Amino acid sequence: MDLGILVTIFDSALRLSIPLLAACLAGLWSERSGVVDIGLEGKMLVAAFAGAAGAYAFGSAWAGLLLGIIASVAIGLVHGFASISQRGNQIVSGVAINMLAAGLTAIVGNAWYAQGGRTPPLEGDQRFGSVLFGHSALVYIVLLAVPVTWFVLGRTRFGLRLRAVGENPAAVDTAGISVTGLRYTAVIIAGILCGFAGAYLSVGQAAGFLPNMTAGRGFIALAALIFAKWRAWPALGACFLFGLLDASANQLQGLSLPGIGEVPVQAIQAMPYLMTVILLAGVIGKAIPPRASGMPYVKER
Amino acid sequence: MSAPLDLPRWADTVLVPAISVVAAFLVAGLVVLAIGENPLTATRWLLQGSLGTGEGLGFTLFYMTDFIFVGLAVAVAYHAGLFNIGGEGQATLAGLGIALVLNNLTFLPGFLLIPLGILGAAAFGALWAAIPGYLQAKRGSHIVITTIMFNWLASVLIVYLLVNVLREPQSMNPETRAFPEQSYIPFMHDVFGAFGIEIPNSQLNLTLVLALAAAYFVWLLIYRSRLGYAIRVVGSNPSAAVYAGISPARIIIIAMVISGALAGGLAVNELMGYQHRLLLEFTSGYGFVGIAVALMGRAHPAGIILASLLFGILYQGGAELAFEQPAITRDMVVVIGGIIILFAGALDGLFRRLVAHLFARQKLARV
Repeated sequence: MDLGILVTIFDSALRLSIPLLAACLAGLWSERSGVVDIGLEGKMLVAAFAGAAGAYAFGSAWAGLLLGIIASVAIGLVHGFASISQRGNQIVSGVAINMLAAGLTAIVGNAWYAQGGRTPPLEGDQRFGSVLFGHSALVYIVLLAVPVTWFVLGRTRFGLRLRAVGENPAAVDTAGISVTGLRYTAVIIAGILCGFAGAYLSVGQAAGFLPNMTAGRGFIALAALIFAKWRAWPALGACFLFGLLDASANQLQGLSLPGIGEVPVQAIQAMPYLMTVILLAGVIGKAIPPRASGMPYVKER
Repeated sequence: MSAPLDLPRWADTVLVPAISVVAAFLVAGLVVLAIGENPLTATRWLLQGSLGTGEGLGFTLFYMTDFIFVGLAVAVAYHAGLFNIGGEGQATLAGLGIALVLNNLTFLPGFLLIPLGILGAAAFGALWAAIPGYLQAKRGSHIVITTIMFNWLASVLIVYLLVNVLREPQSMNPETRAFPEQSYIPFMHDVFGAFGIEIPNSQLNLTLVLALAAAYFVWLLIYRSRLGYAIRVVGSNPSAAVYAGISPARIIIIAMVISGALAGGLAVNELMGYQHRLLLEFTSGYGFVGIAVALMGRAHPAGIILASLLFGILYQGGAELAFEQPAITRDMVVVIGGIIILFAGALDGLFRRLVAHLFARQKLARV
């Protein structure tokens, strides 16, 4: 394998890992505050649709991004309302969000554009062009979100409080800080990040929306989050690793490795899921989620 | 605020789910309005297409069969306090089990082959659920995450097997060869025809009877057996279960095995009853509909049968509706499913509090 191929693989790995990373950080913010987010996939999908529709309508990729973020935050707030205000089951709510997103984007897309759920193809300013090394601005914004997340969650008062809400909400409440407010803030930040992930898919990487175009990336992001043990820098590593697997699956197709023989693409595709299961089983280290995640907070009276 | 909500039993089991379903349909109607269609004519087409003709009714009951199985699967796990989102993967593996049994034992007569195929489905579905169950029980890995991962693993595995191993060499499609004919579960119109009764042709087959039997079995298991009692105790209070001499780990694994086996029924209906071969994506997201069905049916077999009928109507009527009003594609059914999960599942408390509030006011008025 020569250097050219390595550079190609590396480059496409970066491209493929960006939506994973944005969604993974979204999950990190949400779950660190104690709100489990199975709905990453749905939020990404809604953002991808709204992003493409917005970019097409206004002729600007940035307008698309903004609309994608708004749509993603809106559906995130539904999840927030169910799991924070109504103290409903967060998993159930997440499953509902995913189904809603898959159905709504297909129906609305079909009703608006009558192209089988696709948006019209985007071109020129309607897409994010490359700004540096052939990558669009979105790539750098999402990469920048890693140190920002690390700094805010680890080094600021707001971040420490937010993490405390995910571990021991009663203690935060006793200190006179609103658990509800912090959790809603986290859910909104998660919505914004999923907005980036979705818009990147439809307005950055591809030129338009396709039904179900997230194709399980939200769940790989969830896997990466567990793999990263809910921390920002490891999230970058995990997402890049999964992106690398995805990129090399294309390159390794049909390639025969010495001693193993031909590697089926599916074996590489299965890796993120398999690795997550093995990690969760505690065979290689232990992944422990924030202690209060998934639990609605009931104020003592 | 967090005071226990005092509701009469009928209100809790019938009224609250009914209100959330009505609310879900109202929201769905708004979606239909928003895309510029008339919800009332849409409803008419829906009912006409699903219940208006004998053929339509047959298809409705066919889908209902699918949903009973996946709904029961979710419900059994739910009673044990587990959230099994893995119905899709378990049914996919069950399909593999069916194909392996039927296409390798082609020499057997039908009365042996059909039960063996069903057992194959149950065994493979159970296995795919048992691993997450084991990991939850013994290693503490969260069942929701592992079942999600197992869904994806199943879909990757089945693509690999159908493309590289099980596909017929001369066939371009990723599917197995047709199952031996004696393994087909008889269509309902053929069964009735044998008795001289003419009913319209549809995909509906005898698996419906198996589904109803499974519902009865689950009722017996959960509400009338020692094991079911243990499952419910573990579901409501695992530490109390330990004091009662019940091993939660054991019960979790058993509940998942039963759950996975039930999910396998989906594959029996779709593959042995209708498709007669193993193909990709035959589960069509029904595993997730099972969650809606179980939540709506309050995890009780009778409720699940009713909820399955409703979703059968939606799926069959939705197909007809998409034909009459092309703007309302079948994705509408997915939307309705999502709203029902949201309303009957996550926002359950909202509707319960609403009903409790109304009851409290009524009581005050009477005093």
